[in-house]
Amino acid sequence: MREIELRSGRRGQANPNATIYGKTPQRRRAPARAPVSLTPRPIAEPMPPSPQPRFLPAGDTALVVEFGDRVDRTLSGLVLALARRLEEAAIPGLVEMVPTFRSLMVHYDPLQLGEAQLKGRVAPLLDGLEAAESAGRRWRIPACYDASLGLDLTDVAERTGLSVAEVARRHSGALHHIYMMGFLPGLPYLGGLPPEFELPRRENPRIKVPSGAIAVAMSMTVVYPLESPGGWHILARTPAPLWDMRRNPPALLAAGDTVTFEPVSLREYEALLAQAAAGELRLSPEPAPREQRA
Amino acid sequence: MTAALRVVAPGLMTTLQDLGRPGYQRLGVPISGALDHVSLRAANLLAGNPPGMGALEIFYQGPTLAVETDSARIAVAGGQTPIDILSPDGSAVRRLGAWESARLLRGQTLKIGALAGSAIAYLAVEGGFAIAPVMGSQSTLTRGGIGGLQGRALREGDMLPLRQPAAAEREEAMLPPLDLAPPPRIRIVLGPQDDHFTPAGLRTLLESPYTISRASDRMGMRLEGPVLEHSPKGANIVSDGTAPGSIQVPGNGLPIVLLADRQTTGGYPKIATVISADLPTLGRMAPGAKLSFSTVDVAAAESAARRLAADIAAMAGQIAPARRGLSIDHAKLMAENLISGTVDAREGT
Repeated sequence: MREIELRSGRRGQANPNATIYGKTPQRRRAPARAPVSLTPRPIAEPMPPSPQPRFLPAGDTALVVEFGDRVDRTLSGLVLALARRLEEAAIPGLVEMVPTFRSLMVHYDPLQLGEAQLKGRVAPLLDGLEAAESAGRRWRIPACYDASLGLDLTDVAERTGLSVAEVARRHSGALHHIYMMGFLPGLPYLGGLPPEFELPRRENPRIKVPSGAIAVAMSMTVVYPLESPGGWHILARTPAPLWDMRRNPPALLAAGDTVTFEPVSLREYEALLAQAAAGELRLSPEPAPREQRA
Repeated sequence: MTAALRVVAPGLMTTLQDLGRPGYQRLGVPISGALDHVSLRAANLLAGNPPGMGALEIFYQGPTLAVETDSARIAVAGGQTPIDILSPDGSAVRRLGAWESARLLRGQTLKIGALAGSAIAYLAVEGGFAIAPVMGSQSTLTRGGIGGLQGRALREGDMLPLRQPAAAEREEAMLPPLDLAPPPRIRIVLGPQDDHFTPAGLRTLLESPYTISRASDRMGMRLEGPVLEHSPKGANIVSDGTAPGSIQVPGNGLPIVLLADRQTTGGYPKIATVISADLPTLGRMAPGAKLSFSTVDVAAAESAARRLAADIAAMAGQIAPARRGLSIDHAKLMAENLISGTVDAREGT
């Protein structure tokens, strides 16, 4: 049985042996076997993220279950796996959960469920928790990498020393994983950006980023479902409505899904956009490849 | 013709709000809902509605609305707001205070002036507005164009359809005004990212007065005051979830308290979270007002939430018939402190 360390109070005085945290990979090697030495044991290389998260209070209506502080598939997998377990547990007073890159935000009603009680319900669910395999859906999202729509395409090509066509080829070909949804209704945060595109945010954010804009910054891609301010570098634009109130749920994508972009010409983009406006552009996820079922 | 209220003047920022739409945050959908759900509930109780029904949230400067149905019962809660009922020719019929209901007849106009004693008030109509809920809620999220009247604030000429073509035959109701005076300090729970601040930064937050910036909106209340010093961990985090009342501190060191329309996730460290019991208080504070913070632990925040829920439950028992022709001396009632202090909680979400 795995030892679960629960910390009451605000910030965990972390047992340095119990968690791997950020850039201080000091974690005991063997599974729990009391008594545990409190001396950090030097190890040769970073250990995989620990399934022993920190509990951090976010007031009296939300609890952060934090697995780490990086963008990392394993961390994300643990977050999604815990979300699934909590959903199955159907805890009265648990209002909703928001999976993020590295932590699960649990929103609850303090009149029905106290923080201590909630921690007590979460702790046993961490036992034997394993990063969820991407059980999410796989999407091919049409994307037009034309400089008239990809407003920063030329700039990014210059900054990376690649041709515009090569930027489009590399970005669309990468397998993007949805770590979380946030910021705007239906907006996905995609990891899996080829490292050559890792750029800081634009110095001057745009006041209006058009809906459908596919933009990159740091190690991520986002797709804006609605017109919004934004400071990311716009490479392309999709005609696919990521947020459509006529749909249930209105969001096309969900955390855990994977995405590749399907380059389309400007003419195809416009035709697809017309279809989308008429509510006739229906994207379906691809069937899971065989190796995933095995 | 459909029963409606016609918007003669929209006010500064008038939106339809209820208790919000929890349940869709994982899709990136903010909860929205009333900034001050205590006053929302009071307005609905006075109008004879379930407490969480959609009502007009009025910010600072109220709207003018014309009655385009046989009759309508309305009630306003929040501050000591003067409300004028005008006849079709524009002459005054009577002046009404907040915290009492009134029946208006076809052609009459309801004019709500500048709010006093609160930056927020709610106007409820008996039976509610005939506006289809979106994802379970009538609340307006203007940034996403979701809910309310076409996903936006009211405009001149809008028609607000009503569910009830005529007011029920009954006595008008009144409620002793809530004591809306802000508490000396807004209570916060430290974390989740208080470790992104130096001890001096934490001290600054707790020891300095802050002024509510005019750049505040339903998404976030921006505070002006001393800069909070980030620790070497810095002003950027790998994005994680936000909570109602999260106090995020971007690189410029100035705190922003996230309110009803807050983004569901964010990439700035959150030094602390305003407790749920103090959020409506914060919601009704006007730009330019000063505030300061004190820390409590989660257990204390939970008992504050329970106390507030009890106060809210007691509100229904304080509804009394309004004596016709007698206007309420609000100042006197406040002075006599007929109702206990802050009333609040997050019931129903």
